Amino acid sequence: MKFKSVFDIIGPVMIGPSSSHTAGAARIGRVARDLFGKQPTWAKIYLYGSFAETYKGHGTDVAIIGGLLDYDTFDERIKTAFEDAEKAGLSYEFIPETANTEHPNTARIVIGDGEQEMSMVGISIGGGKTEITELNGFPLRLSGNLAAILVVHEDRSGCIANVANCLAKYDINIGHMEVSRKEKGNMALMIIEVDQNVDENILEEITKLPNITQVTRIAD
Amino acid sequence: MEVLFHNVRELVELANSENKLISEIMIEQEIMITGRSREEIIAQMDRNLTVMEEAVEKGLNGVRSTSGLTGGDAVLLQNYMKQGNTLSGELMLDAVSKAVATNEVNAAMGTICATPTAGSAGVVPGTLFAVKNKLNPTREQMIRYLFNAGAFGFVVANNASISGAAGGCQAEVGSAAGMAAAAIVEMAGGTPEQSAQAFAITLKNMLGLVCDPVAGLVEVPCVKRNAMGASNSLVAADMALAGVTSRIPCDEVIDAMYKIGQTMPTSLKETAQGGLAATPTGKWLEAKIFGGAVLNSGN
Repeated sequence: MKFKSVFDIIGPVMIGPSSSHTAGAARIGRVARDLFGKQPTWAKIYLYGSFAETYKGHGTDVAIIGGLLDYDTFDERIKTAFEDAEKAGLSYEFIPETANTEHPNTARIVIGDGEQEMSMVGISIGGGKTEITELNGFPLRLSGNLAAILVVHEDRSGCIANVANCLAKYDINIGHMEVSRKEKGNMALMIIEVDQNVDENILEEITKLPNITQVTRIAD
Repeated sequence: MEVLFHNVRELVELANSENKLISEIMIEQEIMITGRSREEIIAQMDRNLTVMEEAVEKGLNGVRSTSGLTGGDAVLLQNYMKQGNTLSGELMLDAVSKAVATNEVNAAMGTICATPTAGSAGVVPGTLFAVKNKLNPTREQMIRYLFNAGAFGFVVANNASISGAAGGCQAEVGSAAGMAAAAIVEMAGGTPEQSAQAFAITLKNMLGLVCDPVAGLVEVPCVKRNAMGASNSLVAADMALAGVTSRIPCDEVIDAMYKIGQTMPTSLKETAQGGLAATPTGKWLEAKIFGGAVLNSGN
């Protein structure tokens, strides 16, 4: 079942006009900021399919920028996100693409600051629900049925065991796990779907483990 | 995932066997699935209800969208009602004007609660705040209205679709209108079975409705489709309360809607390529709003 909660039906509370093109877009932007872990100073946003065709009229652009500024779907400031971005020192560019993507509502968000850069692909699947399909070139295959944590780490021995041990200590069961890396010894990514809710303090503990770069939780 | 009901038949049977309201079954399932407390769940729905109230109020004071395509019709309707000569009746037009008010606020990038989507967000609150004046419900009964509507929407979303891109407007305003009709019946003291009948009668009359938004905006004809969705649900609720039944069972109507959506051409499923969007005036409006090209914004 894709829709689990009554609030998937009576909700979300959001700024109009479209649950897929506005609320979903804001959520994609906000996940990108979460994954980046801080406010970026620049953003390049590539839009595909229906997003590219209708983003102006739906406020998809302000919604994504609003998300990058950490605004939720119902935050009235989405409407002034462009001005707010300027004040916050975030420059941005929207690039509508003509390439066909698997899903009609797809956005690739590339963000960074002086030190780091990150690329993410998100899709908006309807009613405000979204999925993240790619992070820094790593395909993400989240079932969407469970909560997940993403761990960016150095490709060193012991990393995976350390993270799994930490989760075990708090009785958190792993339902599904994927590990991928770009090349040997370089940056790697763990996607861990879990049965229980992972509290903030556990995320912090994982962040402090050796060779861990970044830890993010994605709600189901 | 364990759920209490997979379809409308199971929902009605459970409500009957446990002698509970449909809204109560929805609340119990939400507690079961999320592990959250009843108080927390009720409080969240209460907040959503407040958002709906505020959106209606804002729309009745008059709003206009950035494109200029929509806005101000809710005010026209309320002014017309004040003259006291309505043909379809005060409650009917009150529901219609409040549905329009909500969708005008949505088109103007105001705050709304999607029910089940943003494009169809007017029907459920529009009918609720109109019926409220007739039935004088408590706040709790108004919250229950939303849980009842949510139970039917839950079935449609999982067994068919609530997305215009996947199923056309019948999946959005059609579903919203059915949800509203079922909720009106419960609030008016009807049985769970009558709620299901009201849903079936409503959706039957919205089958085949296409999604053909002019310029791809959630404005024309979306705002007026919410008006008609609201009126449809009130008539169907009255029919069900009178004892009229649908010859085709509710779940089979939902299934028919799904199959119609699957066979509907892509040009009529939220791509702004067919129907009203493709009329000469629709195309002209699109060119006027977007200047024939999508603009880039920068820095």
